[in-house]
Amino acid sequence: MEIEKNISHPDEGKTPAVKMRNITKAFGTVLANDRVWLDIYRGEILALLGENGSGKTTLMNMLSGIYFPDEGEISIDGKPVVISSPKDAFAHGIGMIHQHFKLVDVLTAAENIVLGLSGRLNLNEARKKIREICDTYGFDVDPDQKIYNMSVSQKQTVEIVKVLYRGADILILDEPTAVLAPQETEQLFAVLRNMRDAGKAVVIITHKMHEVEALSDRVAILNKGRFVGDMLTKNTNAQEMTNMMVGHAVSLNIRRPEPVNPKNRVVVEGLTVKSPDGILKLDDVSFTARSGEILGIAGISGCGQKELLEAIAGLQKTEKGTIGYIEDDGSREELLGKDPLEIASMGVTLSFVPEDRLGMGLVANMDLTDNMMLRSFRKGRSIFTDRKSPRKLAQHVVEELEVVTPSVSTPVRRLSGGNVQKVLVGREIASAPTVLLTAYAVRGLDINSSYAIYDLVTQQKQKGVAVVFVGEDLDVLLELCDRILVLCGGKVSGLVEHPTPQDKNRIGLMMTKVGG
Amino acid sequence: MFDLLTFIPRAVMQSIPLLFGSTGETLTEKSGNLNLGIPGIMYVGGIGGVIGAFLYEQSAAGQMHALPAILFPMLGCLLGSALMGLLYCFLTVTLRANQNVTGLAMTTFGVGFGNFFGGSLIKLTGADVPSISLTATSSFFRTTLPFAKTTGAIGQLFFSYGFLAYLAIALALLASYVLGHTRVGLHLRAVGENPATADAAGISIAKYKYAATVIGSMIAGLGGLYYVMDYANGVWSNNGFGDRGWLAIALVIFTIWRPNVGILSSILFGGLYILYLFLPSANLAMKELYKMLPYVVTIIVLVMTSMRNKREDQPPESLGLSYFREER
Repeated sequence: MEIEKNISHPDEGKTPAVKMRNITKAFGTVLANDRVWLDIYRGEILALLGENGSGKTTLMNMLSGIYFPDEGEISIDGKPVVISSPKDAFAHGIGMIHQHFKLVDVLTAAENIVLGLSGRLNLNEARKKIREICDTYGFDVDPDQKIYNMSVSQKQTVEIVKVLYRGADILILDEPTAVLAPQETEQLFAVLRNMRDAGKAVVIITHKMHEVEALSDRVAILNKGRFVGDMLTKNTNAQEMTNMMVGHAVSLNIRRPEPVNPKNRVVVEGLTVKSPDGILKLDDVSFTARSGEILGIAGISGCGQKELLEAIAGLQKTEKGTIGYIEDDGSREELLGKDPLEIASMGVTLSFVPEDRLGMGLVANMDLTDNMMLRSFRKGRSIFTDRKSPRKLAQHVVEELEVVTPSVSTPVRRLSGGNVQKVLVGREIASAPTVLLTAYAVRGLDINSSYAIYDLVTQQKQKGVAVVFVGEDLDVLLELCDRILVLCGGKVSGLVEHPTPQDKNRIGLMMTKVGG
Repeated sequence: MFDLLTFIPRAVMQSIPLLFGSTGETLTEKSGNLNLGIPGIMYVGGIGGVIGAFLYEQSAAGQMHALPAILFPMLGCLLGSALMGLLYCFLTVTLRANQNVTGLAMTTFGVGFGNFFGGSLIKLTGADVPSISLTATSSFFRTTLPFAKTTGAIGQLFFSYGFLAYLAIALALLASYVLGHTRVGLHLRAVGENPATADAAGISIAKYKYAATVIGSMIAGLGGLYYVMDYANGVWSNNGFGDRGWLAIALVIFTIWRPNVGILSSILFGGLYILYLFLPSANLAMKELYKMLPYVVTIIVLVMTSMRNKREDQPPESLGLSYFREER
């Protein structure tokens, strides 16, 4: 059998903790997993790679009992098992940390951790055990803190403690670093290495190549629901892995043509924004976005990026300051005080990808065509809407960005996260803007789609669009942007012209301290 | 002069059906099921009790004993309301029908069911008034503690009620304890807040939703039984139960999903509901306006809780949504 050849056999004597064979799972007509083989070993960190929609999460969900495979066998420590519920998975020592945290917001950390266990409810004992686990692996969790008061990384820690509390020794993490700051990622990696050294099997799903190289011992690669192969990380490199993931050779370079004839387009001066509960979100922010240029905005998440973009798009109430829009002929118009519709009709578009992806911009229950219509339904002469051109646009976006979907009449909520994002960004770009505001456009996207989006953004820049690009990955910002504005706690901490990879440290410092 | 000593016991008697209803509905809502069928279920609980009592009174023919006289109506009431709860669950949990539509349909159905059987029984008895009188059974339900009469004001305020009133308070306290301090309660809250999380933690969503809704329906049904057998002296007349079912649902919001808070709140609601009888200026025309008061205070509470926006005071997060594991 062809697949069999691709399975690596590290040590003849070592039996895999988990052996998955010929796993097949279909959702409707879409084959999410097609005869997948996978081996997971103890004392190893396995990176599971694949593009968006290649079936990584589905495969792991079958291991953790969320889905049940249509076909195939799973064995644990050599014994065939049937995992038909999350309870079965716990019983076999499998614990999964999902991309969207499975935590109940109004409950405390301790209550969440003991959720689903049986026996008398004894929170005191639970607190004690949680502290023990924290001491062993170096976590910091307050058992009595409510989840809704926690930061993203604290929530993730609770999730990890939760699976350890249940005695899991096979841990699966689905894109754990997608929402973490660089320092938090380092902490997480240290913990994962501790667990590996304690003899646990760790599986991590990620898109970030440098994380795969830094952390994993072995990689397994899926492509369009099929198993491509696995190998030791030290025997491969980012280029080879990417090629296997995508199925053909891709170039991992971001092009950055020199800006042509940049002119001031959006001039922000002294912008100050307060949140409804009175916290200063933006403090005296001034900058200029020029046409034909990509202005990167760097900063730890929650430093005012969202407020800044929303203020320009007319969605955010401001305290002080001005935002001027400069026409080609040099005349200036004030954007503040205009409603979002007017601003949008001037050619300012905002594509904001929030943490939950579907929160803004797209309507989950509507299909691709209808979501395209959200931008165009006001056009046309009669009282009837035009459905033909949005449909064409949807088809165009699906083809251009390789969105994996059964059809353009599928509700957006059925698409995987990355595909949802492609639809959103594709629509915004299609409206031929003069100012493109985009935040976290590649959050959670696989490498191939990310590069497709970078390319799209660069194309827009070459068309003379002023692009404001809020990003998370500093390496990408350095390669992509013509200038980088660094925000720190709502203040402008610095502006770097013509960034090069050497600027990484300097910008990293600016992100944590005003002025570096 | 405002006669508190008469007012309070009457407010309490008025409050008991509401307390049963809101305790049952709170349990149900904690599982994420917004059961708007509660008014219908309380109606069915009431008529179930009437049918049980009617059958026993007919067969016993004057030779009635306390235990069966209470057990038969009880059984009829619990059976009827449990079936209603089961039907609601089958539609919304198993078939994943829309909860609001299902609930409203069940209310319409329950009221119709009650009136139909009420009407049939009235015909059977051949009475010349449009009501059935089950005073013999009612007298067992209305039996008070022996020292209620001898302890004066204290007795009148605290001991002058039938056993169902005390059961309502006990159930409310028990429900609060279970929700707050037991594993079952923790799991139930998790199911109502975030079923995907509960599911991933190995909690059976369907089991908890069914159990909470059916038990909640049975508790609510007892409210209907109390109304007929105790409050109305065993007299069933069609549509007599009125809008108490909706009031019970409003009470759930008023108590911000805490059954123990429901005990005093329901008395407040009951008091507001009959306030017009005790105000000298009020005439019958004003009656309906006064009966609005509980809803007005509910709206005020809703506004206040949403303004304070404290997470603990919000409804269960997945209230009204059905859950399907493989939905993406």
